[in-house]
Amino acid sequence: MLELKHVWKSYRIGALGSKRLTAVRDVSIDIAPGEVLSVVGESGSGKTTIGKMVLQLTSVTRGEILLDGEDVTAHGHAERKAYYRKVQGVFQDPFSSYNPIFKADRIFETVRESYFPGVKRAEWTARVEDVLQGVRLDPGSVLDKYPHQLSGGQLQRMLIARALLLDIKVLVADEIISMLDASTRIDVLNLLGELKERGLGVLFITHDLSLANYISERVVIMRHGAVVEAGATGKVFTDPRHPYSRNLLASVPQLHRKWSDGTAEPEALEPDGDRDVAPPPLTEVDEHHWVAAAP
Amino acid sequence: MTLEVADLQVHYRTLKGDVRALDGVSFSLADGEIVGLAGESGCGKTTLGKSLIRLDGRMRHVGGTAVLDGDELPIGDDKAMNARRWKEVSIIPQYSMSALNPTRKIGKMIAELLRARGKSYREFKDELVRRLELVGLTEKVLDNYPIELSGGMKQRVVMVLSTLLDPSLLIADEVTSALDVTNQRAVAETLVRFRDMGFVKSMIVVTHDLSLVYQIADTIMVMYAGRIVEKAPAETIIKSPKHPYTRALIGALPEVGLEYGDERLQSIPGKPPHLLNPPTGCRFRARCPLASEECEAEPPTVTVEAGHEVSCWKAN
Ligand SMILES: Nc1ncnc2c1ncn2[C@@H]1O[C@H](COP(=O)(O)OP(=O)(O)OP(=O)(O)O)[C@@H](O)[C@H]1O
Ligand SMILES: Nc1ncnc2c1ncn2[C@@H]1O[C@H](COP(=O)(O)OP(=O)(O)O)[C@@H](O)[C@H]1O
Ligand code: SF4
Ligand SMILES: [Mg+2]
Ligand SMILES: [Mg+2]
Repeated sequence: MLELKHVWKSYRIGALGSKRLTAVRDVSIDIAPGEVLSVVGESGSGKTTIGKMVLQLTSVTRGEILLDGEDVTAHGHAERKAYYRKVQGVFQDPFSSYNPIFKADRIFETVRESYFPGVKRAEWTARVEDVLQGVRLDPGSVLDKYPHQLSGGQLQRMLIARALLLDIKVLVADEIISMLDASTRIDVLNLLGELKERGLGVLFITHDLSLANYISERVVIMRHGAVVEAGATGKVFTDPRHPYSRNLLASVPQLHRKWSDGTAEPEALEPDGDRDVAPPPLTEVDEHHWVAAAP
Repeated sequence: MTLEVADLQVHYRTLKGDVRALDGVSFSLADGEIVGLAGESGCGKTTLGKSLIRLDGRMRHVGGTAVLDGDELPIGDDKAMNARRWKEVSIIPQYSMSALNPTRKIGKMIAELLRARGKSYREFKDELVRRLELVGLTEKVLDNYPIELSGGMKQRVVMVLSTLLDPSLLIADEVTSALDVTNQRAVAETLVRFRDMGFVKSMIVVTHDLSLVYQIADTIMVMYAGRIVEKAPAETIIKSPKHPYTRALIGALPEVGLEYGDERLQSIPGKPPHLLNPPTGCRFRARCPLASEECEAEPPTVTVEAGHEVSCWKAN
């Protein structure tokens, strides 16, 4: 359904944009309906940039992004609006998506104004209550409240509810769990699980491998802007073939194995090289399991 | 015994009345011990840390004591506490990474802090550099502005700075939450190393991440609505928790070594109570699957075995 084909992104940095930084290198991924694809990697590995390109918040330098086979690049306001009917994003800090001086439910009103101006008030209220129930929020306790009166988990779920008003096909979720409390984390994760059962495709961006392991069937591991390992979650996490993936997994805090039980030192990794040359290609090492060749 | 806290009560004054953020907290900390403090947002973890070092304007010390190395800490007396801060009790505050002054170079900022304490930068410089190198940084960072460092680097600078005077007690408040897994591990292991090298005697590590604190803590305390509900050796808390709240927290943790498929973990229904008017009896009652009539009365703190304390009617 959503497909990235050999996508590259270079940002201009430095005074007057004199230098370039290649943040995403030759990334090809796809998401099917009813699937959560996790993109994991260290800070700075390019995860957010991928999400931003899918949401057209930043341009694609090279390559293409397709939705149901068609290039998504919007030309003009109307095309952009049509695209956002199908693809929406939710980000790390739920508080920053709300204006503190307005009630939180204003986010629903803005959807009505731009997409459904013809819908009658009563019917709209019913739809809002419906999507709120869908994200397991009690409308009575979240409507007519200011953002500071709601928890991070409630605000995050309201943002997902807003996306659902549009009957989207793809949801980009960038670190939506990391600011949440231990007890609300699992709620929001389980909600993503329900969305995929409804046929949505979710691009789940996280640096937390345990969250990716819990919720996604496929995972992509990124380093220095490129994919180093990809495939079925079970295979990648139980039999990581790339040293970077092994290092990441060894750093995850677990309840059944302490860091101090493992004696292995982190494995040596290739240093960051010239980011403008194509990264090593992926080879299939097992069914549904790809690893970047040693350079 | 480094620290002995007894029945500590600290409230926030608000227009609506007192928020009872710490409502009778007691625990002790042995020399060399790292204790993890876990619990949901708003349960009072930061308040506990702050109480041992600096009350902010709206906080009020209502009762209880904290004794550090045999001397009572003058919690309510800001001036008297000043002599203890950094030297005896030190804190790495939540969000301290982003709180570094952006207009000061790291070295200059540290020099100013030392001067304000009547200490000479020159005298501490060698030790400072040695410790920076110990955490994988070089002397060069002293010439950097905070913005030039990554999150993980800034966090390590803050760790070195807050332990430079070898305090007896270090409070580390959510020091790993904003970092990715690799930096999390490096920072957490540095805390242990600082204890092992004697830079700090003992430590309270505040976090909502139980699996992280399990890696480094000797003891874990679980806090709920202004109180400590369970305390035990780290291994015991994770492997045989007794309090229903601790069990629920652990049951809601996704893990990387397991395969879930379509299996779903259970969340904890409901929300913690407001601390403006906390309910009587057990505060976890409204969310507890085991709640019964007796839970309407305050549960006793039971020692189920040496070093394992639980505040619950059903602990045995
Ligand atoms: N607007 C921008 N201008 C210049 N460089 C940028 C911009 N956005 C991101 N970068 C750079 O691109 C690289 C990838 O950034 P990105 O934010 O996508 O990574 P990430 O994996 O999401 O990291 P994090 O987990 O820290 O958010 C980084 O080196 C970053 O500094
Ligand atoms: N400045 C403040 N004024 C009023 N109440 C506060 C203030 N800061 C914290 N509280 C309340 O004190 C309780 C504990 O807060 P805190 O110590 O910040 O918990 P944690 O660090 O576990 O998130 C919460 O109920 C919170 O709402
Ligand atoms: S005292 Fe009762 S309500 Fe409280 S945790 Fe124990 S069983 Fe649950
Ligand atoms: Mg990011
Ligand atoms: Mg806190």
